[in-house]
Amino acid sequence: MRYATLALAGLTLGQILLPQAVFSKTPELSQAAGTYNITGTSQIRFWVDQVGGGSINGRFTKFSGRFRIDGRSIGASSISFTLYPQSVATAEGRMEDFLRSSAVFHADAYPTVTFRSTAVRQTGDDTAVVDGMLTARGITHREQFSVRLQGLKGNAIAFNVTGNVYRSRYRMDVGTPIYLNVVKFDMDIRGVRQ
Amino acid sequence: MRKPRDNGYGIGEICLHWLMAGLVLGLVVLGFAMRRRGIDPALQFSLYQWHKSFGLIALALAGLRVFLWLAAGRVAPAPGLGVVERRASTATHLLLGFLCLVVPLAGWAVASTTTLNIPTFLFNLVVIPPLPMARSAGAEAFWSWVHATTAYTLLALAALHSAAALFHHFVRRDGVLMRMLGRRTIDPVDTPANEGSKR
Repeated sequence: MRYATLALAGLTLGQILLPQAVFSKTPELSQAAGTYNITGTSQIRFWVDQVGGGSINGRFTKFSGRFRIDGRSIGASSISFTLYPQSVATAEGRMEDFLRSSAVFHADAYPTVTFRSTAVRQTGDDTAVVDGMLTARGITHREQFSVRLQGLKGNAIAFNVTGNVYRSRYRMDVGTPIYLNVVKFDMDIRGVRQ
Repeated sequence: MRKPRDNGYGIGEICLHWLMAGLVLGLVVLGFAMRRRGIDPALQFSLYQWHKSFGLIALALAGLRVFLWLAAGRVAPAPGLGVVERRASTATHLLLGFLCLVVPLAGWAVASTTTLNIPTFLFNLVVIPPLPMARSAGAEAFWSWVHATTAYTLLALAALHSAAALFHHFVRRDGVLMRMLGRRTIDPVDTPANEGSKR
């Protein structure tokens, strides 16, 4: 009788837990092995907080990139990403002009901002931290971004990538302390497997 | 406003006058510099913030002067002036005082209505809240026009005011300018009994 009760309890628990494991919406990173091109449906958002509340919110509409997820060793994965500061978009045209100008991105002289990963470290089933070298205005610094796998369907994959970048490192600290030194990125990266 | 007093300017009023004169002149120069075509955008951003900070100081000082006028009364026009000159002097001073309030207030309105929504951070020390006004391109354009027009009017009046003071000093050779420099002078229209005495 005691064994029967335990077996029943185990069966019930299995029935409760099993569907969640099988139909988990978030796949593991190792299941996503492959090389992907970043698509134009990705969203590259950023904001800079300002003193007294509020922030400058913007996004980049032109970018390109590629990443490779190593199924056997996530640490061997890599990403390269390029965005074009000329494509910066905000709610205010004058702010866009200012961001493109020599005061910030100096987009005429430095038409691209690039990121090349140097290390990928898995931190959970669907999360990782990516270290890499960010180059803007001809200046390169090590930066770190947090990655969360959002979905994998067929050859399409979706990540959310967040990270903070100190703009003073890239001689973009105009407007401090009215605008804080930290640029916060929140990016929805969409990739299609090659 | 209280009755004008004729006992000359105190050191506080003299300091306030020249501080305001320096601020107005500096703000006008800053205003022209920051609007210069082809200016470095980073420098332009900084100049705008300096313009806003000094403009708020000018507003505070203009408010203080109006308070002093109300509390202690205005100093009477210099003796020896004709009726027309006295009236012109009074009108010019009142208009200058009024514009010294309106110009920075209109500038604050520009900062409060612009869709750029750049905070006003007084000398990078204190956040000055915007005036309770709706932000829109139309409102910003209107208040920018008011700010510029009243600033040019203030500049023209200040030039007239300065020219009149120099005229009194070099042509009339009276004490109009000197009393604002804190120097006591012999008034040529004083009665013989007062000759040689210090006013």
